[in-house]
Amino acid sequence: MKKVYRYLVTFVSVIVLTIVSTTVSFSKVVGDKIILGAAVSLTGKYSSNGVHTQNGYNLAVERINSMGGVKVGGKNYKFEIIYYDDESNSGRAAQLAERLIKQDGVQFMLGPYSSGLTKAMAPVTEKYGIPMVEANGASRSLFTKGYKYLFAVLAPANLYLDVAITTAVELNGGKPVKIAMAFEQDAFSQDVRLGILDAAERTGSKIIIDDKLPKELNDMAATLSKVKATKPDVLVVSGHTKGALTAIRQISEMKVDVPMLAMTHCDAAKLSKQHGKAAEYALCASQWHKSLSYKDKYFGGGMKYAADFNSMFGYEPPYQAAESSAALLVYKDAFERANSFDTTKVRDALAATDMQTFYGNIKFAEGGQNVSKPMVLFQVICDDSGKCENKVVAPLKWASAELVHPIPSWSKR
Amino acid sequence: MDFLIFQAPMLMVQASMDGILLGILFALIAYGMALQWGVMNIINIAQGELVIMGGYIAYFMYLAGIHPAFGIIVSPIVMYFVGWGLYKLVINKVVDRDLFISILATFGISILAQQLMNFAFGADVVVAVSNFGTTMLFDNMVTLPNAKIFSGAVCIMSAIILVIYMKKSKLGRAIRATAQNARAAKILGVDTEKVYAATFGLNAALCGIAGACIAITFTLHPYTGLPYTVRSFMIVIIAGLGNLPAVAISGMGLGIFEEWADYLLGTEFRIAAVFSLLVLILVYRRFKLARKREYLK
Repeated sequence: MKKVYRYLVTFVSVIVLTIVSTTVSFSKVVGDKIILGAAVSLTGKYSSNGVHTQNGYNLAVERINSMGGVKVGGKNYKFEIIYYDDESNSGRAAQLAERLIKQDGVQFMLGPYSSGLTKAMAPVTEKYGIPMVEANGASRSLFTKGYKYLFAVLAPANLYLDVAITTAVELNGGKPVKIAMAFEQDAFSQDVRLGILDAAERTGSKIIIDDKLPKELNDMAATLSKVKATKPDVLVVSGHTKGALTAIRQISEMKVDVPMLAMTHCDAAKLSKQHGKAAEYALCASQWHKSLSYKDKYFGGGMKYAADFNSMFGYEPPYQAAESSAALLVYKDAFERANSFDTTKVRDALAATDMQTFYGNIKFAEGGQNVSKPMVLFQVICDDSGKCENKVVAPLKWASAELVHPIPSWSKR
Repeated sequence: MDFLIFQAPMLMVQASMDGILLGILFALIAYGMALQWGVMNIINIAQGELVIMGGYIAYFMYLAGIHPAFGIIVSPIVMYFVGWGLYKLVINKVVDRDLFISILATFGISILAQQLMNFAFGADVVVAVSNFGTTMLFDNMVTLPNAKIFSGAVCIMSAIILVIYMKKSKLGRAIRATAQNARAAKILGVDTEKVYAATFGLNAALCGIAGACIAITFTLHPYTGLPYTVRSFMIVIIAGLGNLPAVAISGMGLGIFEEWADYLLGTEFRIAAVFSLLVLILVYRRFKLARKREYLK
């Protein structure tokens, strides 16, 4: 009797488990809600930027929903996002993508933070034919794999510092310049490096230092000694926030004079706040700046976006937040044009996107990268009281301040 | 590029000085590691995390408006108790067990410490600004940040104080006795449990000093502890246990070698060069030992 009972229990629990695991799936659209899925880094080493990403998404969801939502087939829908924490771990991110698609039944995805995590998730979304609009993966290799369902609202990594070289050559009267490079050995920074190589070839410039910094390194003294010895016209540095902070610290401490210093990740590193006057005159590549004059009907312009973001989250939006908000605007636009929730139709509508948002113009190339929005360069400018601010200096169309070039030598500062 | 050494020979002096100052810092961390390895037979994988923790103490002082250089006093005091607490919580359970168990345990501590620091202090890379200025030598060709010179001096001072303490004080004597033979020391009335706790605390305090120096010379991030663990481990392997001058020399030697490799070969070869040197040294040692063994036969 006991044996029969045991079998019965096993049998029933198997059936219950099967039913539970197959019926938990939500569909992509529940009632009047469009469910989007996102795995972002809420803990782990990317957690600060992961939170910026989430805040950007949330602000846009709140704004679009309060302004009528998304109109598909004559009915108004609202956005809702299912979030998971990917712990800044690419293995976990890929797992969560599976989970969002298979268990939660999500049919439209938003990107995670960083190129590495996007790279981990893209094969999964591609496999299931789920469109993913991402805002924080710029690595060039994302766009050369022939992915059909991946769309990035940001400019690819190889364009980050391109404009710096162009500007340097212009300021040199169109003559080629001498370039020194120090790039961390990770996918993103190496893509930035490839972009510089292209720019150097185009302008006939010469690369005299080409250092690849190990990931764990926070010492650039030897590279800077080489810069002192060879006197390049431009020094280009990219190594995430750690690279930016290390470069500024050691350049100012070692009194290295270089006419132009261009880097990435300055605003994420809060350079002007952490280093103050030592960071002055550094040029920084940025996807977005609030003073740019792009407009849309949801956020108005950059200034208004910054003010709204600040009042909701209590800090100035970094570009990581702005681009994340833009991803939602792209989705909304695509749903309305597709006038359907069919993933293939939405995917085609996404591919045909051509719009302006407060963040910039968005139009996707074959590989899914946004090619119609140029990068901007800002320069850290300090006033006499030692308060430093980022001012857009290039491209000239949006410049709100004049580029200080060459950088005054340390003996005169 | 290839002839940098002839173009600006003075910069080799720069590279050497940078290397020495870097090496001294690593040597101090390595000394802490050698100390507790020698006494307790524990390889502490969480060494780097203790360093970073010490750095954050200096950083928070800086945020509170106190000059971060005072971190070299506050940080070791706080870290001593952190180390002592860690010993009482975890390490005392693994201290007389297999080396492998202690590696696992400290590896666990290191992961936990990383996550906790990330949770408590945030994932931003931070720096503490000392405003110490720069020393210019040889017609401004060689520039040495005073913050680095300061850290170097602090590390040397603390190492010297520690050596004297180990020689003269009662606790120092007890530590040395325990290192030689824990059982014999116990029989002769040394409270080895206390000695172990103090040793682990001392190690953490040394890490605290090094961390405070790193806060004003380099950058801090919860996940950047590992390079310090690896580097100090390497220095200890080369220098051997319980040999402070050797630790200092191998630390500085590696520092110089590293900067030169970077300067002459390129940054991408920097770490490869250091590790190749390690392999060479180990192979050379093996041959030397093998020859000695033949002798004995």
